[in-house]
Amino acid sequence: MIGALISIEAVSKRYPDGTVAVDGLSLEVPDRSITVLVGPSGCGKTTTLRMINRMIELTGGRILIDGEDIQHKPVNALRRSMGYVIQNAGLFQHRTIADNIGTVPRMLGWSKAKARERSMELMERVGLDTSMAKRYPYQLSGGQQQRVGVARALAADPPVLLMDEPFSAVDPVVRRGLQEELLRIQEELGKTIVFVTHDIDEAIRVGDMIAVLRTGGRLAQYAPPDQLLSTPADAAVEDFLGADRGIRGLSFFGTDALTVDPGGIVASDATAQQVSSRATEGLGHLLVVGVDGRPLGWADAARLRESGAAAAGPKGGPAQLLPHGQAFRHGEDSLRVALDCAVLSPTGWAVAVDGEGRAVGVVSQEQIAAAIRAAHSQRGTAPVDVGAAR
Amino acid sequence: MTVIHFITAFFSDGAHWHGYDGIPTRLVEHVEFSLIALGIAAAVGLPIGLLTGHYGRGGNALALLATAARALPSFGLLVLLFVLMGLSKLPVLIPLVVLAIPPILVTTYEAVRTVDPPPVDAARGMGMHSMKILFQVELPVALPLILSGLRSAAIQVVSTATIAAYVSFGGVGRYIIDGLYQRNYEKVVGGATLVAALALATLGLFGLASRFAVSRGVRQR
Ligand SMILES: Nc1ncnc2c1ncn2[C@@H]1O[C@H](COP(=O)(O)OP(=O)(O)O)[C@@H](O)[C@H]1O
Ligand SMILES: [Mg+2]
Repeated sequence: MIGALISIEAVSKRYPDGTVAVDGLSLEVPDRSITVLVGPSGCGKTTTLRMINRMIELTGGRILIDGEDIQHKPVNALRRSMGYVIQNAGLFQHRTIADNIGTVPRMLGWSKAKARERSMELMERVGLDTSMAKRYPYQLSGGQQQRVGVARALAADPPVLLMDEPFSAVDPVVRRGLQEELLRIQEELGKTIVFVTHDIDEAIRVGDMIAVLRTGGRLAQYAPPDQLLSTPADAAVEDFLGADRGIRGLSFFGTDALTVDPGGIVASDATAQQVSSRATEGLGHLLVVGVDGRPLGWADAARLRESGAAAAGPKGGPAQLLPHGQAFRHGEDSLRVALDCAVLSPTGWAVAVDGEGRAVGVVSQEQIAAAIRAAHSQRGTAPVDVGAAR
Repeated sequence: MTVIHFITAFFSDGAHWHGYDGIPTRLVEHVEFSLIALGIAAAVGLPIGLLTGHYGRGGNALALLATAARALPSFGLLVLLFVLMGLSKLPVLIPLVVLAIPPILVTTYEAVRTVDPPPVDAARGMGMHSMKILFQVELPVALPLILSGLRSAAIQVVSTATIAAYVSFGGVGRYIIDGLYQRNYEKVVGGATLVAALALATLGLFGLASRFAVSRGVRQR
């Protein structure tokens, strides 16, 4: 089932002990997208999320799903229409992986065979080998358990998915994989996902929209990630975003408009004549590429011409090549990646490659900076001072 | 004469294997009676323990009741009830039941109350009904502890049912009481051996039960 629109209208939660965890929060959660609730610990993220499936009853305002007030629906029916994923997965220890995933389908009266088939399908979808179906949770790693948690939440194909710090308990590398998996699944399924995290980097990576909450459950800013990074609403949000938000914001600018110079590339079997015709203004080096077009390294342009030999010849052999470092995929990678390549390059110039890894051109830090300014002015966002950010 | 001699003498005596005072009859009496007492105690203790554990309420009251029940001397209660009620099975049954309820009730309550919260939270979040959560999520995980409560109750009942012989009830305790009265130490030792064997058999049975009833996913943790 495809995602639904969630309207949070002036919602408040005052706990019986008087704590006001959420105060007059209004948010329009767009359908078929990932909306992240982010903010410091104790700011009311979990409370907000759990009011959507009524694990916590709100004390003010209302929440509508596709225009229908959640208070008007039987609570268990409401919850079955929403997948729920928590930190540490919360798997049932006594049930196999397949049975864990099949819990809601079985509750909805599916036959054993049908539920099992669905479990297998979902294991594949979340990147788990179906040979694990008969294992128990204790036999899985934390990351695998979390995948099962996601599969279990998706089992009955609910339009809405609520995720409370789902990847916080796994190590950074596994977390990165899980985030990518989530984005891939979302591309296929188009659910409405509300995702809670205290990690702003995770929010920026997975969110289509990001709601930054401040303590007391008030909304500080609600914006798409690139806008959040380029124009934080106030000093507090800016502080929360961290120091290098300008650089991180570059992840949202593509490199398609970036002009790269193919003139700085020379083949390893080029003749002396061919070498002398290659040059890039402002670059004292030439990028030597192999017969397959992949970069081999940087050669000093003057020396190459002096030796009068082909780049890979006896005198200009690979031993004299500077490492070309990381290359960026032109048109695919972001300006952030391109800039990173340039910064780390021994020549200060980044190497652009195509999808097959063949060099298509070189570009300088200054040219990337110009592209960043152009991209900002096109979007109407504040320019980032690349010199300072670097 | 050593204890071993008493034991071999007692069990090799053919006369001890027949009739109303034979070993089979006494064993059946003992087991039957213990089962009835344990059954009643479980019928009271399990539901109350499960529900209070599930809702997380009434723990203090339970602990108080259990301590009070434990403080009751079983033997004193037995004699008192025998004096009050005369010769019947009830005065024997009541102390055994009173003895067996606390371990069942308290461990069941604790077992359910201390179940890892995240799976329960997940179950609620997927719209599972409260009683289904108790029986399908909490109980399977709490089962090893619940079984251990039942096991200690069973062992206490089997051992204590021995003193029922004091008020003219059967069971293997008969041999001990009669043996002491007749100064027949062979009989006393034989009876004690039977009680010990019954306790061991109880342990074995519960070991088997937890093998079959507890999920591999829970046992392995
Ligand atoms: N059951 C509760 N009773 C009283 N206060 C609570 C309860 N649950 C949470 N709170 C308080 O509400 C605030 C928000 O909590 P929570 O939503 O869990 O924050 P977050 O998920 O952002 O860390 C915190 O100050 C917390 O202490
Ligand atoms: Mg939280």
